[in-house]
Amino acid sequence: MAESSLKTTPLHAVHQELGARMMPFGGFDMPVQYTSIIDEHMAVREAAGLFDVSHMGEVEVTGSHAFDFVQHLVTNDASTLYDGRAMYTVMCTPEGGVVDDLIVYRRSEDTYLLVINAANIEKDWDWMVSHNPMKAELRNRSDEMALLALQGPQALAIAAPLTDVAVDDLKFYHFAEPDPGAFLGCEDALLSRTGYTGEPGLEIYCEADKAVDVWHAVMEAGAEHDLHPAGLGARDTLRLEAGYCLYGNDLDEDHNPLEAGLGWLVKLDKGDFIGRAALQQVRADGLSRKLVGFVLDERGIPRPGYPILSPDGDEIGTVTSGSQSPVLQQGIGLGYVTNDAAYTEPGQPLRIGVRGRMLAATVRKPPFHKQ
Amino acid sequence: MDFPDDLYYTDDHEWLRVEEDGSTALVGITDFAQRELGDIVFVELEPVDSEMAQDDVFGTVEAVKTVSELYMPVGGTIVAHNEALEASPEQVNDDPYGEGWMVRIELDDPDELDDLMDAEAYAEMVA
Repeated sequence: MAESSLKTTPLHAVHQELGARMMPFGGFDMPVQYTSIIDEHMAVREAAGLFDVSHMGEVEVTGSHAFDFVQHLVTNDASTLYDGRAMYTVMCTPEGGVVDDLIVYRRSEDTYLLVINAANIEKDWDWMVSHNPMKAELRNRSDEMALLALQGPQALAIAAPLTDVAVDDLKFYHFAEPDPGAFLGCEDALLSRTGYTGEPGLEIYCEADKAVDVWHAVMEAGAEHDLHPAGLGARDTLRLEAGYCLYGNDLDEDHNPLEAGLGWLVKLDKGDFIGRAALQQVRADGLSRKLVGFVLDERGIPRPGYPILSPDGDEIGTVTSGSQSPVLQQGIGLGYVTNDAAYTEPGQPLRIGVRGRMLAATVRKPPFHKQ
Repeated sequence: MDFPDDLYYTDDHEWLRVEEDGSTALVGITDFAQRELGDIVFVELEPVDSEMAQDDVFGTVEAVKTVSELYMPVGGTIVAHNEALEASPEQVNDDPYGEGWMVRIELDDPDELDDLMDAEAYAEMVA
């Protein structure tokens, strides 16, 4: 099964010992599930789950031009950051299409960490290198850094005894850097109040050769909190219930962040950045299509590529993400539709074409699981 | 993985168990199939009394990650559904050869059973 072209994370052997079902994702051989997607999903909603997301890429930006580079690269405003503050953003093409979505961490005035999607590491790296007129120092640290996501209502209670950092006091999208050696012997750890599940939690960055130790220490600390290892299957259903976009499904270079509902990441007044003129034009002209969330009112599961129709049967869009919601036990999805209030306002009726049948659906604003 | 000796198997990962009367059989999906699919969320089946040929689609299985069609191992008429799957589709994951059966069929032609694999051949195929 192990295809030689697939990369592995530092935790690969741990997943195999746990009997995980492995699957290629973003060029990596990754665990989809250990026992059951639904069980792992519910563990994260009700207690906690631990994910290996070391396939994500990390690019470090340093030097006196680091800030100028980041500000030029991304749509969100890096001037609002301070040491220990992170932000979610996208970076765009000059035409306004999304190259990737990413998290920017400001570690110091001249050190930023950009965390990017696994499938885009090569593309993003080339993009950054070729859009660096200010000559900031860039380093692709993807292979040397591991990332574990500890997520769920119990996550912070599990992490608290493992570190001097007062994780309970960390606010969302803030992070702390324990002193070298202070967090489970890691020389370069970063504890971040971020995640992709819609639950409270921490994302733990550390050097690759410490990942196995950190995994075991967290699992042990979580034993009394019903912590489960959780795979990418549950990660996908969790992010979809929370209404978070997945690059490659809901975001790509053919869609701009405004139609993806990510207008809050686009700060046209911050100064120039790649794609600004195009996005300004889109904002002036208005959107032709829009990403909406919907729930199925009938039994069925929407899947990417299925058509979205008006109640009259006109095709008005396409599903980009879909699944059964383990919490609602209903089909949920995201998709682009023609920008008309009749199709985009919460409560409006839609139809989803599920293998030849037209199933009734209703527009709903995510998060889906909190209603 | 478990592949009981008293069943017939298809290369689409269905199993078939001929019942004592010799003219009816239960059909479901194999342990291998349920593992590959993961959590099964619902099973949709063609109506009772449907007359179907070998390899016809008699239903679909929706799992969280994927959807898969079900193929008739042999020709026959659907005479019953496992109605318990309506409320508890997870029985297919928990007990694929027992509580997870899907349809009971009346066989058209027992000779078609010769087209199917035995446990040993199937186990080799999925190894």
